[in-house]
Amino acid sequence: MASDERVVHPVIGPGHTFGSVTDKIASLVLTKKTPIGWFVGFAISFSLLMVMLVTVAHLLFTGIGIWGNNIPIGWAFDIINFVWWIGIGHAGTLISAILLLLKQQWRTSINRFAEAMTLFAVACAGMFPILHMGRSWIGFYWLMPYPNTMGLWPNFKSPLIWDVFAVSTYATVSALFWYVGLIPDLATLRDRAQNQLVKVVYGFFAVGWRGSARHWANYEIAYLILAGLSTPLVLSVHTVVSFDFSAGIVPGWHATIFPPYFVAGAIYAGFAMVLTLAIPLRKAYGLEDFITMRHIENMAKVMLATSLIVAYGYSMEAFMAWYSGNTYERFMMWNRMFGPYGWSYWLLIFCNVFVINTLWIKKLRTNTVYLFVVSLIVGVGMWLERFVIIVTSLHRDFLPSSWGSYRGTPWDYSMFFGTIGLFLTLFFLFIRFLPTISIFEMRTLVPAATGEEKKS
Amino acid sequence: MSHENLPASPVEFEGVRRPGAAARRRYWKSLDELAKTPAFMDFLHREFPEQASMFEDEKGRREFLTLMGASLALAGLTACTKQPEERILPYVRQPEALVPGRPLFFATAASHDGYARGLLVESHEGRPTKVEGNPDHPASLGATDSFGQAHVLGLYDPDRSKAVLYLGQLRTWGDFRAALREPLAKLKAKGGAGLRFLTGRVTSPTLAAQMQELLQSMPAAKWVSWEPVSRDNTRAGAVMAFGEPVEPQYRFDQADVILSLEADFVSGHPASLRLVREFASRRRGGSELAAMNRLYVVEGSPTLTGASADHRLALRSSAIEGFARAVAAGCGLPASGAVAHDWVAPLVKDLKRAGSKALVLAGESQPPAVHALAHAINEALGAIGTTVSYTAPAEAQPGGETAALAALVDEMRQGQVEMLVVLGANPVYAAPADLKLVEALDKVPFRVHHGLTVDETAGRVHWHLPASHPLESWGDLRAVDGTATIVQPLIAPLYHTLSEIEVLDAFARAEGTPKGYDVVRAHWRTPLGASDFEARWNRALNDGVVAGSAFPAKAVKARASTIPAPAAAAAASLEVAFRPDPSVFDGRFANLGWLQELPKPLTKVTWDNLALVSPKTAAELGGVATEQTARGHVTEVAELSLDGRTLKAPLWVLPGHADGVVTLHLGYGRTRAGQIGNGTGFDAYALRTSSAPWTASGLQVRKTGETARIACTQDHWTIEQPEHQQAHERHVVRSVTRDELAKDEHVVHKLGHVPDPGLSLYPPVEYKGHAWGMTIDMSACVGCNACVTACQSENNVPVVGKEQVARGREMHWIRVDRYYAGAPENPETFHQPIPCMQCENAPCEVVCPVAATVHSDEGLNDMVYNRCVGTRYCSNNCPYKVRRFNFLLYQDWDTPTFKMQRNPEVTVRSRGVMEKCTYCVQRISRARIDAKNQGREMKDGDVVTACEAACPAQAIVFGDVNDKTSRVAKLKADPRNYALLAELQTKPRTTYLAAVRNPNPEIPGASGQDERHG
Amino acid sequence: MSAPLYGLLAEFHAPEEIVKAAEGVHAAGYRKVDAYTPYPMEEVLDALHLHETHVPKLALAGGLLGMAGGWALQYWTQVIAYPMNIGGRPSYAWPAFVVPTFETTILGAALCTVLGMLLLNGFPQPYHPVFNVKSFATASRDRFFLCVESSDPRFDLEQTRELLRKLGAYEVSEVTP
Repeated sequence: MASDERVVHPVIGPGHTFGSVTDKIASLVLTKKTPIGWFVGFAISFSLLMVMLVTVAHLLFTGIGIWGNNIPIGWAFDIINFVWWIGIGHAGTLISAILLLLKQQWRTSINRFAEAMTLFAVACAGMFPILHMGRSWIGFYWLMPYPNTMGLWPNFKSPLIWDVFAVSTYATVSALFWYVGLIPDLATLRDRAQNQLVKVVYGFFAVGWRGSARHWANYEIAYLILAGLSTPLVLSVHTVVSFDFSAGIVPGWHATIFPPYFVAGAIYAGFAMVLTLAIPLRKAYGLEDFITMRHIENMAKVMLATSLIVAYGYSMEAFMAWYSGNTYERFMMWNRMFGPYGWSYWLLIFCNVFVINTLWIKKLRTNTVYLFVVSLIVGVGMWLERFVIIVTSLHRDFLPSSWGSYRGTPWDYSMFFGTIGLFLTLFFLFIRFLPTISIFEMRTLVPAATGEEKKS
Repeated sequence: MSHENLPASPVEFEGVRRPGAAARRRYWKSLDELAKTPAFMDFLHREFPEQASMFEDEKGRREFLTLMGASLALAGLTACTKQPEERILPYVRQPEALVPGRPLFFATAASHDGYARGLLVESHEGRPTKVEGNPDHPASLGATDSFGQAHVLGLYDPDRSKAVLYLGQLRTWGDFRAALREPLAKLKAKGGAGLRFLTGRVTSPTLAAQMQELLQSMPAAKWVSWEPVSRDNTRAGAVMAFGEPVEPQYRFDQADVILSLEADFVSGHPASLRLVREFASRRRGGSELAAMNRLYVVEGSPTLTGASADHRLALRSSAIEGFARAVAAGCGLPASGAVAHDWVAPLVKDLKRAGSKALVLAGESQPPAVHALAHAINEALGAIGTTVSYTAPAEAQPGGETAALAALVDEMRQGQVEMLVVLGANPVYAAPADLKLVEALDKVPFRVHHGLTVDETAGRVHWHLPASHPLESWGDLRAVDGTATIVQPLIAPLYHTLSEIEVLDAFARAEGTPKGYDVVRAHWRTPLGASDFEARWNRALNDGVVAGSAFPAKAVKARASTIPAPAAAAAASLEVAFRPDPSVFDGRFANLGWLQELPKPLTKVTWDNLALVSPKTAAELGGVATEQTARGHVTEVAELSLDGRTLKAPLWVLPGHADGVVTLHLGYGRTRAGQIGNGTGFDAYALRTSSAPWTASGLQVRKTGETARIACTQDHWTIEQPEHQQAHERHVVRSVTRDELAKDEHVVHKLGHVPDPGLSLYPPVEYKGHAWGMTIDMSACVGCNACVTACQSENNVPVVGKEQVARGREMHWIRVDRYYAGAPENPETFHQPIPCMQCENAPCEVVCPVAATVHSDEGLNDMVYNRCVGTRYCSNNCPYKVRRFNFLLYQDWDTPTFKMQRNPEVTVRSRGVMEKCTYCVQRISRARIDAKNQGREMKDGDVVTACEAACPAQAIVFGDVNDKTSRVAKLKADPRNYALLAELQTKPRTTYLAAVRNPNPEIPGASGQDERHG
Repeated sequence: MSAPLYGLLAEFHAPEEIVKAAEGVHAAGYRKVDAYTPYPMEEVLDALHLHETHVPKLALAGGLLGMAGGWALQYWTQVIAYPMNIGGRPSYAWPAFVVPTFETTILGAALCTVLGMLLLNGFPQPYHPVFNVKSFATASRDRFFLCVESSDPRFDLEQTRELLRKLGAYEVSEVTP
């Protein structure tokens, strides 16, 4: 396609055939010996996961009081982490769905693990709305619309119920999308596996895929429809999450700018996380031919673009606070910048607005080490953004008499790092047992496929 | 609770009651099997008929027994087998009308510092659960203070003394009687020489009579009554002025202009509740604006009285005498030593204008001369007879308490005391430091202490005797105006305890078991008149007052000439002021969690006392850094030393505090108060001497560099913080002067933007039938915190402890916000009680995912505890932040006595659940049921919320807004009425009446008029 | 050949070969033909005229079902089953219902799309005759196969094999059922 000629880096390394692509990617899974690095990484992640389980147990037995939350700061790390994780998820869906519709070939080699990342991030995020409840053991199903003995139903006016619907739908659709994409590759693994047991397992999940033309006909259209459905969905999810705040009356929450600005922030954080994962991954498994500089650079550009939208969001918040002439809004903004938590605001501006703008320079944009560092900084920045929105808005709201202050406890931190453990554990299992890159889609990129017939 | 149907003597327990180690051993292990004996079951059935159903299933019985654990525990089972034949009478209903689930109310009284406060105690199936004021009692008028509310918690305090102790070993009353017999006989032989009684202040006619009887039989014995918060200066001042220790009886409802010379009548007077009522009656919304009174306060340590003043002058205590003499001189009295002040001229002018309608009062912390001057000025103004009258004092031994204690200690030191009997006092903890009481005490060969807890004194005597709680015992008390109340028990003693009267009886008569009931009845036969005694006795019990027992006014003549010339002016050195603590008073309430966790009215600090200083003094000390953290306020600690004695105390800057003075509150630093009170704060008694109990100069303050963590429920006041400027911009507190309001009655509404109520996407909800609402009058509110404790008691609000309060997790359903206006040197202070606003457009309801908080058709913002899953979203979205969350398991599920204390009509919340004020919905339901049973509509005043009932100023009014004739509807129509944060369109049902102050324009720099906030 | 064959399976090595072959076979009038390729190839679908699919209709149906269901659930629970005064808002506060309805719409459509695709493809289908051909395993790697099924009326073992050879098949193997 037209864009292909202009690009500097190809989307796939030279000299690849259907066979080489297949063997290379499948070998990551079917190869006899797992690299030692995998075991080290998995061990670390798993021990972090155990830290999370201990925290959860203590939380359920002792209560929310083990965290730093108080009145007026009813929400803190719990909801910060929720929003942060759910935001990270967005990049995966965006890459696999929106870029597919836009016929961006370069998405092909990264969509698979980006989608996986989405699922795992949503898994981490999903825990917080449940665990942040004072009585999660009943809360987790009382939020569902089911006819209970008292004939009570959830309150559909509450943004938290909207969250339940948005997040559960998002999780389901992402899982379907991911699995559908996997079916042909599972068939490949089935056909290439030596070990009979492995054959049976992959065969089971491949549900008898034969690559028949009839299959492909239904498959392709289904995949397109899923992409079409995921696109509005991914935009809606963070919009709904932003409603948790913008539907409230707290100064610093009640802002119409929130939906677009949250979605942009989500994509921003998501691409940062994709880079954080992709850069080490391609190095460790020598996938430079498939995840080329073109991919890296495009993702850097997306981050740059979304960072500008987010920066606009920040400036509009400040502007509206002043322009509204509302004393609560004005004080909120003043307090956010120069109050007790001013440091968090300025650190956030540094992480999300200043650092990222160095990527205008191609030299830096194409330096993987630098990009890796930047992507980490952006991750921190986006976490701080939620801290600023939630904690600094709540700690000084309407009545000066009830102002308070907040500090996280060790249990707040163990919970947060614990979820990172969960995320990485799942990710390590994924790269070990499933093809991290979509094989059948890579086949469409090899010269043999693109050379003669022009097809996408 | 009537006991006439109970067995006369439950023989089945004799074995257990028999004294001795064996019995105790048996008691410990045999409780269960014993409890199952048919006799016991039968007995329980009869004592608690309404509980009988519980016994049909095994589990029910076990629950019941744990519930009864308290009364079975430790005390020896005799406690619950006591069979009082006495009849006590319910306030409104006869006992036979007892219906399970229907509370009864009994009139009685509790002593505060010796003086009676009339109470109505709510009793559920024989368990007293809640205290209200007795409207018929002159010192209550239906109101209570926090101390009164907390009596019910004191009754169920698990740390109460439960058994007789000899040197800390369990004994029985029998053992004590035996041990007492011989030494007492010896002393009797000597006419009582060497026998000394030490009691608290005694207004009980019966107790006083018993004492006189004892002293007649043993002329050489002595009786000393003493309170750490003495009234010696008041009495001495009266003697100086009139030659006799008369009690001034103030009539604030008569007073147009009031000058208080450090007299804290709001919280520090035996008649506070009545005085506040009368004071507020001339200020509250709806009262005639022209008739508004004016209060001048001159004081060193900020008090609630100063906070209510129209003009407050911050002068160190020692400087007030000079000021008083200047005022006296201005009133034409021969007073030397006047110290000029630019206030005096306009003040005197105002007083003279008021003439007989003026009133000058002096506080206990002022020397006798100032009291005498006040009396003289009142007489000069012709106020005697209108705003103040004089009667005999209510206590048996008026004045000279500290001196008497000092004399007693001397005798002890010289070994002249052979037997010391301490009744209801705690001298080891509270005696002036210079007396060195402890070492003198150890010289006494036979020491007895009778008290509610095994306190500091109990730890240094031979015999400790457990005292019955006032709600458990018969007795009588006088109010400060002399009105007598017969104290009737609400419940048989939970443990094997005796009242003071019963113990004294044991000293008078060596044989026979003492019966408080008989003693009290015997005493009252004469005063009530032999003829028709029963009827009058019943009437007295029923009303809670003995008709016509108030003292008649005395005709007295003040003699200004007797007032001595002032002593040499105090050196300019740093001064220390000792004051009773607003929450735990002199320390006797230190073990009551409700009071410990009660934010102090001005500092909003809980669980601690502090060294309070003015901003200027703080600067002179090199600044006091106090930082608000997420784990409490961290402030600097200083070492205070006064003639050789030292203590360490956290420094705290208090606006409006007089310069050059450090105020220390008494009542903390207790070592044997109990698990709640031990180790809180510091013991200010360590610096307090008998010669200077209130004010001493020559204090040295040295910052130690250490810091202390303080649990403060409101942001600490500092100039940097934008808190008060924001409060101003947000029109949270609205205050105007009387003249402003007279000029333009809409001035209050002009202070803030009120949006058009029609501004809504949705049609307004119609509330047909009742629409409950509340008004809170900031002109009347004096910030006394009675509402907070009343709410805590009524609604089973848990105590969370210092650490949790420091983290911002206190649970009070109603809080009193404190705002300052004007310069920090001497600001205006405003109190704003904040319960749930019950918004019609409640932001909290919309965001609850499970509809756990929804609106009732009467406009209540209902909280459904068992539906709540604890997302805390509602609290985040509540602009008034009145919602409280059970972050941990705050309720004490284990202590049996607390189970007995709880209000059975209010859900006891557990972990992970949000809670908040419900407008006492249980009281609304009860009123509705009553009205229904009586086949009538509910009328205004049927529903009285706990906070409203307790409020001495009647600042809180609750009722049906739809009923245009109701008090609340009328007040909401008052031009002073405004809604908090009205611009948010939450349509709160709770609204406020702006604070109206009545400054005198002639007073220079009338307190912060220019930079008035709110 | 006692047992009737399922068909003949021709193996090709390059995309263009299979396209040519597919066109050839279709031109020869064979209709019961299927192609097996390692990646989706529009051209093969064109050649075999295999384009009609019902998945979009199912997706639409699912979406509409989800939308109706979501709205109905909210309307019934909030307005009919248990109406309450929540924050002074009317029970039928439709703006609030939009969000959950949107989500249920997407969910319904997505579920129907995926299940529809699987069912229309006859999945799960653990066994299929073509799996009997040893070399077929490479169909999921880099080989392209064309299968003419014996149920086709024009099917004749020899002629068909001949045709496939002519169309450039590297190898033609018989598929036993």
